Amino acid sequence: MSEDFEPKIIAFCCQYCAYSAADMAGSMRLQYPSNVEIVLIPCTGRFDVILALKALECGADGVYVAGCLEGNCHFLDGNIRAKKRVAYLQNEIKKIGIEPERLAMFNLSASQGPRFAEIVNDFSGVIKGLGPSPTKKKLAA
Amino acid sequence: MIIAERKPIEEIKGFIEGKKKVLLVGCRGCVTVCNAGGTKEVGILASLLRLDAQKEGRELTVDEFTLERQCDPEYIEELLEMVEKKYDAILSMACSVGPQFLTRRYPKEKVYPSLNTCFIGGALAHGIWAEHCQACGNCIIHNFGGMCPISRCSKSLMNGPCGGSSGGVCEISKEVECIWHLIANKVMEENRLDDFAPVQPIKDWSSSRDGGPRKIVREELVK
Repeated sequence: MSEDFEPKIIAFCCQYCAYSAADMAGSMRLQYPSNVEIVLIPCTGRFDVILALKALECGADGVYVAGCLEGNCHFLDGNIRAKKRVAYLQNEIKKIGIEPERLAMFNLSASQGPRFAEIVNDFSGVIKGLGPSPTKKKLAA
Repeated sequence: MIIAERKPIEEIKGFIEGKKKVLLVGCRGCVTVCNAGGTKEVGILASLLRLDAQKEGRELTVDEFTLERQCDPEYIEELLEMVEKKYDAILSMACSVGPQFLTRRYPKEKVYPSLNTCFIGGALAHGIWAEHCQACGNCIIHNFGGMCPISRCSKSLMNGPCGGSSGGVCEISKEVECIWHLIANKVMEENRLDDFAPVQPIKDWSSSRDGGPRKIVREELVK
């Protein structure tokens, strides 16, 4: 893997928690990789597997969904549903030879700005470790 | 409705091996309701196939189209414009009626089934379906408290449970409820146990598959 590989990451963030946490991370001037593109969703219950698939198809190296802490979903169980969808899709992409670690689900509250920055740093590290998405490797070759 | 589930991705990949242009056809009928072959599932499978091709550096175009139903010729006809674009393979995401109708209408095309048609059933909860009918062609559920022992008893017994019924579940699996346990409970609650005294006669299976492939003709509807 090349040292200067900067992964492209798409984060689907719930407006009630992760998105606000990202805002807070910004207000607190916390440093986190700039290669994360945040997509606002009204609840992680809105997250659909096709959204992550399209992101991967369009060149994302990693995708994660960030929702409220379990038991704290504004719509009761949107985050639990999202968790199941992420697990389902991890299994599906594994079958076609894409590392399931490229997809993840995180839970945090709106007040956890530092946790948001930590998640971005950690996930970015995982994706850097995996290298570019295998869907891009062949095309680049 | 007809309950189906998608074939393993490996099997579907095998169908399109070496092919460069594929049409994926969904159905807005039963398989949309059971989340197996509607517009959404077509999108997911198409995306997975494209990702797989990208990963292997293969050239692959997957077009998506969902028909109102694949079990009616007038809707199959709507696919003509797409079929004329010349695909190497057509993957049907309907029950097995769909790919058969597509094959009949477009005999030169290579049509493959992307779903396994499982059973006639209903949703017990979101994401859980169970078999409730075996299409025997002669419904007799009124004799059994409104429950079907043909499809829901592992042995299709008609005169009470077998020795494998224990604690309300079937011996084949703890996940399978003994339908005779449910039938007996319901009939006892309704004080209709006497209705069960007559032995059910041997079922005439000629209306089922035993009479060969079935067909219904309603003259008043035929043009």
